[in-house]
Amino acid sequence: MIPVIVVAIYLVIIGVIGSLAFRQSQANTEDFFLANRAVGSMVFFLSIFATNMTAFAILGSSGQAYRQGIGIYGLMASSSGFVIPLTIFFIGTRLWAIGKRFGHQTQVAFFRDRWECSAIGTVIFALSVAMLVPYMIISIMGGGRVLNDISGGRVAYALGCAVVALVVTANVFFGGMRGTVWVNIFQTLLFLLFGAVAVAVISHGLPGSFGDYIQKIATNPKTRYLVTRERMPERYFWSYTLIPLSSIMFPHMAIMCFAARRVTAFKRTVVLYPLAILAIWLPCIFLGVLGTQLEPGLKNPDGVLLHMLTDHAPAWLAGILGAGIISAVMGSDTHQVLAVSTMFTKDVFAHYGGKTKYGERGSVYFARGFILVVTLVAYVIALITPASIFELAVRFAFSGFAAMAPVMVAALFWKRSTKYGALASTLWVAGWLLLTWYLQTISDGTAPGLGRPAALIFPALGHLFERTMVNVTVFGFLPVVPMVLGSAVCMVVVSLLTAPPSAETIAKYFPQPMSESLGQGAKPEPASEEFASRAR
Amino acid sequence: MKLKTCLLTALVAVVYVLHQDFWNWKRADPLVFGFLPIGLAYQAGYSILAAAMMAVLVRVIWPKHLENVEPEGKDPKGGRS
Repeated sequence: MIPVIVVAIYLVIIGVIGSLAFRQSQANTEDFFLANRAVGSMVFFLSIFATNMTAFAILGSSGQAYRQGIGIYGLMASSSGFVIPLTIFFIGTRLWAIGKRFGHQTQVAFFRDRWECSAIGTVIFALSVAMLVPYMIISIMGGGRVLNDISGGRVAYALGCAVVALVVTANVFFGGMRGTVWVNIFQTLLFLLFGAVAVAVISHGLPGSFGDYIQKIATNPKTRYLVTRERMPERYFWSYTLIPLSSIMFPHMAIMCFAARRVTAFKRTVVLYPLAILAIWLPCIFLGVLGTQLEPGLKNPDGVLLHMLTDHAPAWLAGILGAGIISAVMGSDTHQVLAVSTMFTKDVFAHYGGKTKYGERGSVYFARGFILVVTLVAYVIALITPASIFELAVRFAFSGFAAMAPVMVAALFWKRSTKYGALASTLWVAGWLLLTWYLQTISDGTAPGLGRPAALIFPALGHLFERTMVNVTVFGFLPVVPMVLGSAVCMVVVSLLTAPPSAETIAKYFPQPMSESLGQGAKPEPASEEFASRAR
Repeated sequence: MKLKTCLLTALVAVVYVLHQDFWNWKRADPLVFGFLPIGLAYQAGYSILAAAMMAVLVRVIWPKHLENVEPEGKDPKGGRS
């Protein structure tokens, strides 16, 4: 019961922080959705990191390591540590500048203006929401599962989901972006410490050393794959490096980029990001592999860390570590809920006349009402959907958003890109999502077991479409490969075949050569604080 | 293309290629620090390398021209509040 009490105290703290943010709020959308574009450097890093880390970073990673071994770190963590900071550096900074200059609060608003087309924004909006909502739902599922596990089953799964959904809703409803980022400071620090503390506590409670256990795994032919990548196909491993392209395309990440006070906030973020990933993922992956020896035969390996903490940590500490896991869940979920609300309010309600009719205050009321509805719907779906916590996200959201990255790159860096190019890319992505879903569904019955070779889905087509234990592959690559490459080709070819945007719009976004274009709204100002202080 | 751009592009390409450590694929030994399999220790080190690469990019090609961006009035489609 002690862990539940500790987690309850944590949830109360989150609520208090949210209410403090509410007292500082103003009745306009820029304040509610973007905290008045005034998020400082360190807070920006902590918040954007919390935005991107879900329950998967702790529970899913250790569970996958339990199943597949150490290869999961290279597959998901270090590839993210390489790709995500690059996208934040090249795309995030430009998004920030465009938001600052022209007042855009969402990607869709930018696309509409950049390509002089309302419809293309609506199509991208529809696809983005369809891919984001499942991600939001798995966060609630993750929270429910954690509370259920921490309490030893005393808190029912449905109640756990309800508690997480309620706290997230209250936080976003009252605090908006300000409440969300304030809470993120506390949450990110908590779950960054989680890994190191968990390793220290568990090692203290073991009869043998870590080295003994790993040696035992390595010398047993049946378990050796856990400390190598011998069962991980190289094409699969390479394919996965494209998945983190999705990060900057997730609406909640892009919206977070708009919220920074200064572009210099991105400096610290891009350098610290790979190190923060290391701090969380390395201990979780390692403990997941170790869990195969300490907690053998788990039916649901995603719970391996919770089992290990329950068995090897004092109850109060298990509670604090459980709060760390809940932090990872809620940190991203609050941003997802806020992003969905921002998009509906700005891209639909305001865009189609709501703002003109009801004003800024009315838009904020709409946003708050929408938050209540969307979390209620997400909660209900979380209860009736049996999918595991990460399958939905990987299949639909991650590949889809990664494949939308060429659209963003073209919008930012290629004058000649057109709305039809963007539409072709978007339809390509949507088509592949449907195809992947279909192939996955029809091949579920023939999926091979762990370590078995992939099965041909259509033998007449050879190795074109194969089914591994978890995924559909295309010539051995994950579907994200043809999705990203095809999306880029669609954008280029169709843009070249159609008329470019007006000279006025191109001049607006590209007034000079690209290297300097986005700074054209700049007024001569003294050097930024950072450079000024360096000079001093 | 400027030499600086070429060198930085090469840096990013090399770091990217280093992620595909096929030479560690089937190896578990040596155990770094006595408990980390080499494949995991290598990828952990790779994360530190990625951070170092980003530090170099920030230092050398930081988009300084964005630092003085200012708002350009209201957007007719409801961008600015």
